[in-house]
Formats: sequence, structure tokens, C-alpha cells
Amino acid sequence: MLNIVNKSPLDRGSLDSCLQSAEPGAILLIEDGVYAATRGSAGEARLKAAAGKFKLFALGPDMEARGIADRAMDGVTLIDYAGFVDLVAEYNTCQSWL
Amino acid sequence: MKFAILINEGPYTHQASDSAYQFAKAVLAKGHEIFRIFFYHDGVNNATRLTTPPQDDRNIVNRWSKLAEEHKLDMVVCVAAAQRRGIVDEGEAKRNGKDATNLAPGFRISGLGQLIEAGIQADRMVTFGD
Repeated sequence: MLNIVNKSPLDRGSLDSCLQSAEPGAILLIEDGVYAATRGSAGEARLKAAAGKFKLFALGPDMEARGIADRAMDGVTLIDYAGFVDLVAEYNTCQSWL
Repeated sequence: MKFAILINEGPYTHQASDSAYQFAKAVLAKGHEIFRIFFYHDGVNNATRLTTPPQDDRNIVNRWSKLAEEHKLDMVVCVAAAQRRGIVDEGEAKRNGKDATNLAPGFRISGLGQLIEAGIQADRMVTFGD
């Protein structure tokens, strides 16, 4: 399953809920969710610990809009909206953790 | 592949309307089909034609209407969520004794069955919200 997280881990527990509950698959960070993928952030360690269980992606345009595209942590693949569509197509189901 | 999109957040709130719009455009650019876009909860506020954002800002409502016209999209607004928030077409205005309508072009008001049907008919359903 593709898991989509759109809130910062500093704002909501949706990333933690996803990491705890979701079956192995992929996580795509969009909107404020991309803050978790910032190098040196509180979210980085949690994502690194989950990297064996999930393929990690972040929406590049949302990182650029927040001025953090050059601070993306290792292990996270930046994609654009076309890549977003491809990811949704690739996985049989997707879940937005709202 | 057939996509359906569910939008649960109003325009100019956080980012869900914008993300959904960019995603919808990318879906169409890839040659996929959009079976339906369903607006639910505060998402129904995407369908009022009375918004007037500043001229140098994006017009989220008009943008949806234009996309629907260009690609013959089916954009459905949940009737119960719309009634609560004052999103009205001619049928609803008559039924509820309202003196005006505000549903933007390209949208239609219908029920949750349309969301369920989209979930069944589409290969993928992607939710954008708050």
C-alpha cells in the first residue's frame, strides 16, 4: 500500500500512526508532511528507523515551496506530481493518513 | 487507468485543494482517466462561484470549472455537506426555499452514492484533506 502523509510530525501524530500501524509498503510525504524528511529534524530518525519497512518518497515541489529541497535526508526519493501519479498507479491501494 | 479523487478540505485553507488540482492535472497529462472528483465535508466550498480572490492569486474555483470543461470531468458535490454550508443549485434552491444559487459551472450536487460508485468503478481513489 502507498501511505500518504500530509501533516508535519511537529503538528500531528499522523506520521507516527502510519509508521506504527501500516503494513510494509511505501510512504509519500506531501504538503507539510515533507518537513519530516528534513535532514536533522525530529522526523528524520523515525523515518530512518522505518526505512527497512517502507520505501520513502517526498513531493519535491512541496519541499521547494518550503525552502527545504536542498535539506532532504538521505534515503528519501524526491518526486514530482507525475511521479506521484506513477506511485499511486504502482501500488494497488493508497491511504491518506488524515 | 481510472482515477477517482476525494477532496475533504475547502479552498484557501491549507493545501488540499491545490494538491488535488495539481494531482488531477498530472493524472490527465499521463493519459489516465478521471472517473469522478467528489467534494465532501468542507471540500464543497470549492464549488461556490461567488469567491473573489485577489487578482494576483489563483482562483481555485474557476480553475476547477475550467479543468472540468476542458476534460469533461464529472465533479460531484455532496448534497448534505452542501446544504449545511450554503452551496446551492436551482433544484436545491427550490426545494429549500432559498432566494439564490451559487454552484459554479462544471459541478453538480448529488449524494454519497456517487462517492461509493467512484470507489467501485475507479482503479484508484486518492483522498486529499485536512
